Amino acid sequence: MNIKIAVIEFPASNCDRDALHVLNNVVNIKADLVWHNHFKEKDYDGVILPGGFSFGDYLRAGIIAAHSPAMDEARIMLEDGRPVLGICNGFQILTEAQFLPGALLRNESLKFVCKWVNLKIENNKTAFTNKLNKADIIDIPIAHGEGRYFTDKLKELVDNDQIVFRYTNEKGAITSDSNPNGSMDNIAGVCNLEGNCLGLMPHPERASESILSPNGTTHGKIIFDSMIDFIKKRSA
Amino acid sequence: MLWEVEVVLENKKAARDPVGETIKRDLLAKKGYDMVTNVRSGQYLRINIESNDEQQAKQVVEKMCNELRIFNPVTQILTILNVKKS
Repeated sequence: MNIKIAVIEFPASNCDRDALHVLNNVVNIKADLVWHNHFKEKDYDGVILPGGFSFGDYLRAGIIAAHSPAMDEARIMLEDGRPVLGICNGFQILTEAQFLPGALLRNESLKFVCKWVNLKIENNKTAFTNKLNKADIIDIPIAHGEGRYFTDKLKELVDNDQIVFRYTNEKGAITSDSNPNGSMDNIAGVCNLEGNCLGLMPHPERASESILSPNGTTHGKIIFDSMIDFIKKRSA
Repeated sequence: MLWEVEVVLENKKAARDPVGETIKRDLLAKKGYDMVTNVRSGQYLRINIESNDEQQAKQVVEKMCNELRIFNPVTQILTILNVKKS
């Protein structure tokens, strides 16, 4: 099967080429960079909304992009079960477009935080975590100013198993010290009920090659590998 | 007729507002204004709109703010401060 992934480019996306590089050259999957006004879902098996500052983060991060025609196309993919991944600004877009619950607020520290963090896998049954084990700890970098996850439906998220990643320390303990932005319940990523849409603040595309990782790990690649595996099984 | 509608967006009380907290704690309180008990920050929009009357101008602004999620109902509240002839 010839799998094809779209990486959507909004004005001021800036992690689009990183995601494209990882898909094309590390995961070895055909991926296209697609301008948001030109995106047609019928050509693709999955879509990635990359990090950056779409439309300058004006009004609120992700809100203008959430009204882009690309999101109408992405919604068709969401509804027919194809994988939709939002990384950082992509996560903000997915919450603003109401693909995912909650919202991302300004970091509690008011600082842009750029560092490697540890994530605990809370749900390994999604399209993006099926090659990980529950309670695995992965290391991966974050880089954001508005990543404080907030929801008024926390119990619902927990009950529905929609929390996919939590920030932890190296031993997997969920502590306030390991929470880089003040996110509710240390939440770093959430999925929809069906598990085919994931938003996360950390950047798996920056953690997919050992040369880029301080620990030599390639944990981010597992998220893309899982996505590809999900597509293959889905079409089998 | 042209109207001016002033809109304020701010976080709900349940969502902490570190900008307001910092202004109060690190500026006002440190400079002697310790009678200030709370500061909340927000965003301000001044919208000029063609409309037959004041009520309609307000209704259209409310409608578009809701429909297009100018404010995020998960985290924010929206207040129309004032409507006047522009």
